[in-house]
Amino acid sequence: MKERYLPIGATVTVFVLLYLIGALLYSNFLSTLVLGNLLTDNAFVIIAAVGVTFVIISGGIDLSIGSMIGFISVAMAYLVSLGWHPVAAAAVMIAFGMVFGAFQGFIIDFCAIEPFIITLAGLFLLRGMCFMVSLDSVPIHHPFVDAFSDWHIPLGGGGRLSGSALVMLAVLAGGVVIAHFTSFGTNVYAIGGDRNSAALMGVPMRRTTVMIYALGGFYSSLGGVIYAFYTASGYPLAAVGVELDAIAAVVLGGTLLTGGVGLVFGTLFGGLIQGTIQTLISFNGSLTSWWTKIFIGVLLFVFIVTQRSIMRSFVLRRAT
Amino acid sequence: MDQPDQPDQLDHLRAATPVRTRLADLAGQRWLWPLVALALILLVDGVISPGFFSVRIVEGRLFGSVIDVLYRGTPTALVALGMAVVIGTKGIDLSVGAVIAIVGAVMTDLIHREMAAPAVLALSLGTGVLCGLWNGFLVAVLDIQPIIATLILMVAGRGIAQMIDTGMIITFRSEFFSAISTGQILTVPSRILVAVATFVLLWLFLRRTALGLFIESVGGNAAAANLAGVEAKAVRIGAYMLSGLCSGIAGVLICADVRGSDANNAGLFIELDAILAVVIGGASLSGGRFYLGLTVVGVLIIQSLTTSILVSGLPPQYNLVVKAVVVLIVLLLQARPVREAAFGLVRRRKT
Repeated sequence: MKERYLPIGATVTVFVLLYLIGALLYSNFLSTLVLGNLLTDNAFVIIAAVGVTFVIISGGIDLSIGSMIGFISVAMAYLVSLGWHPVAAAAVMIAFGMVFGAFQGFIIDFCAIEPFIITLAGLFLLRGMCFMVSLDSVPIHHPFVDAFSDWHIPLGGGGRLSGSALVMLAVLAGGVVIAHFTSFGTNVYAIGGDRNSAALMGVPMRRTTVMIYALGGFYSSLGGVIYAFYTASGYPLAAVGVELDAIAAVVLGGTLLTGGVGLVFGTLFGGLIQGTIQTLISFNGSLTSWWTKIFIGVLLFVFIVTQRSIMRSFVLRRAT
Repeated sequence: MDQPDQPDQLDHLRAATPVRTRLADLAGQRWLWPLVALALILLVDGVISPGFFSVRIVEGRLFGSVIDVLYRGTPTALVALGMAVVIGTKGIDLSVGAVIAIVGAVMTDLIHREMAAPAVLALSLGTGVLCGLWNGFLVAVLDIQPIIATLILMVAGRGIAQMIDTGMIITFRSEFFSAISTGQILTVPSRILVAVATFVLLWLFLRRTALGLFIESVGGNAAAANLAGVEAKAVRIGAYMLSGLCSGIAGVLICADVRGSDANNAGLFIELDAILAVVIGGASLSGGRFYLGLTVVGVLIIQSLTTSILVSGLPPQYNLVVKAVVVLIVLLLQARPVREAAFGLVRRRKT
């Protein structure tokens, strides 16, 4: 097995183990119902996390996605209440997300300011824009949204693959293709691996950086659209802190925050691990929600330390 | 103008126009833009709200908008000072908000165990230092990237605080802590004095000794610092412990202010304000330099912005957008490529 597949192997193993623990403890855990809900409930986080994966592989970070999801959901609800068709509203909002992401990417490259700081300003800006659209929760009433949340593919055994889950799996597949089968994807890995070498090899830095953050904006705004459909409402305080969930999903999925190493596919399992922990805790009933945070913290710690030791042995072997 | 020797032309022009060069040099001074921004914000405040600078004494206590800015900015300023030191070592501390929550929970728990107030204070601050030690251990010993190392405590910390609080918001009464946070000494709110004392001690500790230089050398190039005889590991761990201590002080003030521990909301998002303040204060996230004084100016910019939006009568929902835009402008003015492009444009038009 190649070294680059070791972290994802560990991620999938942890996910399967967690799921087996659930199946041993609770007789209903190993059902298509739980699996289907797991995919549906975490769809918007995983979609946003796929975009973050690209940003992190390139050595950057995007903190604006939680606010982006919140803003998109509020703005969608507002547009629909004005009489727009949800699909038209979604198209406009996704275009906005891409333009906003591209703008962030341009500032990061042109002004040579750390991505952390620029996307932090983006976090404040987008959250502030949420409050300017509405201060209250806005319901989305539209036959299309009802139809979207009702529509599903039956999995057998009572489980269902919802529209949100299908969209998530589709854009995940798209992300895998972009990362591994396009020259843009190769450039992303090159920039993350070593910026200077990439520039010397002729990777178009500005264009690639702008495209990376535009792609991040696409995924987080799509996450916002799915979130709006899923909750059938827009709320200005929605998805506060989701950027951390998404970053945690990316790290649990085996992507290194130092950039250059990681797989888009792993992010799916990173997100599912977090979802499984939440499901396990809600199945238990007596454990309270703060255990979720502690568990995820402990898991993050274990993962990072393991990754470190894997990387170290890899580097040592290469050096000798 | 698109000839390959354009940079040389610009250099030539620069040499020929000494006044403009001096202006460009001034524009490049790192202390200039934060102070200009603060002065502008205060100027706008003075215009839109004539009573902004009036300070009265009400019930033996200084009272006024300016005092309000200082009072509300205290916790952020404390956290930002610790953050500045960590950023100086090329690190970052995302866990400060969670540390505030933990310290608040520990403090509340100890007060309910009827421990003497000074002992509670010492143990609470010790908890903050311990959190910093954990972060420092992850960063310096296990060599984990600072963003992710402190993310662990950021995620888990509020869970730990909730566990100590048994999931509730617990209140307490303590005259000692009320005096520290909401009391006053000689009409000055005591928490402002706490912040000033921390700043002065920190400045003496870091800038009157070689410690500050050690921190910047580790941030600039840890390997070179190590070869020069600086214990890079110890310096880094120390920086995170210092940040933990500062967050601990802020946590004690915040908790004493509301007379209770709220694990979910105490110090929420304070890390973002603190990091922004440090960066507005001219530090670079790539390490190697930090400015304690300018960090405080950064905090004052952020806080006076918030206050001025409140006194201006704008709906409070504009708060975040205005804040984000002003912060972006300050950041852009500080960025070298932007300044050079702007000066280049001016020059091109004049020639």
